[in-house]
Parts: sequence; C-alpha cells; structure tokens
Amino acid sequence: MPSRRDYDDIPGTIVFDGRQSRRGYALNKFLMSLNQAANREAFKADEAAYLDRFRLDDEQREAVLGRRWLRLLEVGGNVYYTYKLAACDGMTFQDLAGAQTGMTRQEFAEMMLSGGRSPHEGR
Amino acid sequence: MARVAGGVGCSHVPAVGAAIDKGRTEEPYWAPYFAKLDRARRWIAEVDPDVCIVVYNDHASAFSLEVIPTFALGLADEFPPADEGYGPRPVPVVQGHPELAWHLAESLILDEFDITLVNEMPVDHGLTVPLSVMFGQPEAWPSAVIPLCVNVVQYPPPTGHRCYRLGQALRRALDAYEGDERVVVFGTGGMSHQLQSERAGFINVDFDTAFLDHLVDDPEAVATIPHLDYLRDAGSEGIELVMWLVMRGALGPRVREVYRATHLPTSNTHNGLLILEEES
Repeated sequence: MPSRRDYDDIPGTIVFDGRQSRRGYALNKFLMSLNQAANREAFKADEAAYLDRFRLDDEQREAVLGRRWLRLLEVGGNVYYTYKLAACDGMTFQDLAGAQTGMTRQEFAEMMLSGGRSPHEGR
Repeated sequence: MARVAGGVGCSHVPAVGAAIDKGRTEEPYWAPYFAKLDRARRWIAEVDPDVCIVVYNDHASAFSLEVIPTFALGLADEFPPADEGYGPRPVPVVQGHPELAWHLAESLILDEFDITLVNEMPVDHGLTVPLSVMFGQPEAWPSAVIPLCVNVVQYPPPTGHRCYRLGQALRRALDAYEGDERVVVFGTGGMSHQLQSERAGFINVDFDTAFLDHLVDDPEAVATIPHLDYLRDAGSEGIELVMWLVMRGALGPRVREVYRATHLPTSNTHNGLLILEEES
C-alpha cells in the first residue's frame, strides 16, 4: 500500500481507510458495543471501568473520556461508530458533525440552513 | 420473469426517520421536505410492488469491523429494525422474500458476483428510512423487501462501475425468475454530505444535479466517476451515491424520469429523491 493516497490533500477530511481502520480497531469495537442497551448503561455507570474491557491506547481513552470529537476520528474512530457515543450523550448527528468543526451548535445549524459548507471552501 | 416496475433513488438521512417517528413532519423545518414526498408515495401506491430490493449500506449495526462484506444479500423471512445506539426505530419488522432472494443469490454468484449471503441481520436507518419516505407509517410494510447491503463505510467501497454492473446482473437474475412479481429497486444514500472532520457540512448542489441528470441519460459515464471525485466533490459520505448505480443498472438503458425532488438541508445532507421507469 502506498504511504500517500490521492485523497490525502482534501482539506479537513479523514478518509476511513485501512490506515485509520487498523489504528482504530479497538476504539471502534468499544463504540460498537454501545449498540446494546445494557452496555450503554454499564458505560454510563462507570466510564473508566467500562473502557478497561477494551484495549484502547492512552490517546483513544483520553479522547473518549474528554469527548474530543475530532480527536476521536484522528485516533481511528469512524464517524458512524463515534455517533454511538454522541447518542449516549443525547447529541444529534448534526451536533456531532458541528462539534468537529470548531463552530458552535447554532453556527453549524445556520450554515446548513443557508446551504451548507460551500465547495469553494476547499475540495 | 419478475417485472421491474421502476427504480427509486432516495437519501437515507436518520433525522428524516426521527422526524416521522416523533411526529414532527409538520414542523416548519420539516414540512417543506415532507410536502415533496406526496408524488412519490402516490407513484409507489399505484405500482404496488410485491418486492422492493433495497440497496443500502449498514452503519455499524449488523456489521462491524470484524467482518466487512462488500456486497451482502439478505435471505431471511424477516429483518428486525436495529438498535443503532439509541434504541430501534418504531417501525414494522421488514418481511423478506426468501424464494426470490435465494434465486438472486444463486444467479448473481454464477454470474460472477461473489456476494455474501446473510440469513440473520437487523436493518438500520439505511434501509428503513427509504421505506418510511416511500410508504409513510403503515402498520406493516406493504411490500416484501430484499436487503442488498453495500459497504461504503470502510474505504474503499466498490467502484461505481462495479455497482452498475451488479445492477445489470440483478436484472438478468430477475428476468430469469420463474415468478411474476412486480419489483421496485431502491438505490439509497447520498447526495452530497460530509459528516466528519473540519469540512463537515460540505454540500455541492452542482455535483448532485449533474449526477442526477446523467444517471438518467448517461449512466455509463456516471459509472466511471472515480472515488477521488466523490470524496472531493460530494463530501466523504457522498460516496454513498455509488449505490444509486446498482438501481440504475437494474433498469434498461433508456429510462424516463417520473419524479425528482431535492431538498437542502435535511440535517447535514442535500436530500435527493428520484423515480425512474423504463421507456416502453
């Protein structure tokens, strides 16, 4: 596999390719476990203890506990898996999308209502 | 032979499902979008399909990173709505059509499409939101459904060209079927959107318009769009549009656009709804 990909220069975009998938396997396994209500309850009751069941590295663990949404993707989280954690916190998918951009919830919602982020901003 | 009565292209935005489930379709944010569905719902009520083949992607519901099938066909009697992390949608259990599904499986594999066969799986918003868009909130879905699941979550998804050819193989299989079921093929997902990283919120109406135009009149050209172009110009999640090419491939070369509706935004997505019938 080449070390650089033709999509690496797309601004503000992390393609969930083999590099990210390998990096994030344990993290995404934890996130996938939140599909089960009993696991969601166990996680909410004691987040740190629940995370001990999975082999997260320190960066991933800190990103989960700190709800660092963009960081979660950088350390291998896939956005659909990451949404399961956001849903645990009562967030909508738009809340999660916006939280990765540095915009406030309101700013992001207004940007979408006015037609979304323009392709002229970077492609 | 089974008769292909038409094709539906349909975004599968989870917030659309939530708006229906929570009775919010009349709210100012949603009412203009839902007003655009009436024509499509009348069309499918008139067609009254026996079977809908719904091409969609699973979003970490039935499949995880443990096993990632590129193409997976659902053979079961029924498919329950999935808990995607916030409880299952309150929608009817999806009834399958094992006889036709097994015929498709055998035909596709012998036609050199090495699909994965699935006897048990829950179905998530990728499949159930398009059903809600087209059928509303019935007590039971009025049509059997065969799920055809495409990986678009783990890069790389299958190419647009491969999806188009799969649609053509699906058609050959339907033509060879002994039954006379009326079939509608759904291609779901898209249009332009990006849910992740600093470019989240990306929308490209010009790309989407050109995609829809050419999907109708020049699908062979649309099938050559490389992944890089989707990622760059439709947003990282806009690449779901490859699934519309399976639907288009299942129709003949010449089609008539029965209905097109777009809406911006539904949550983070430029929403598309397209109905095609073959030219007779």
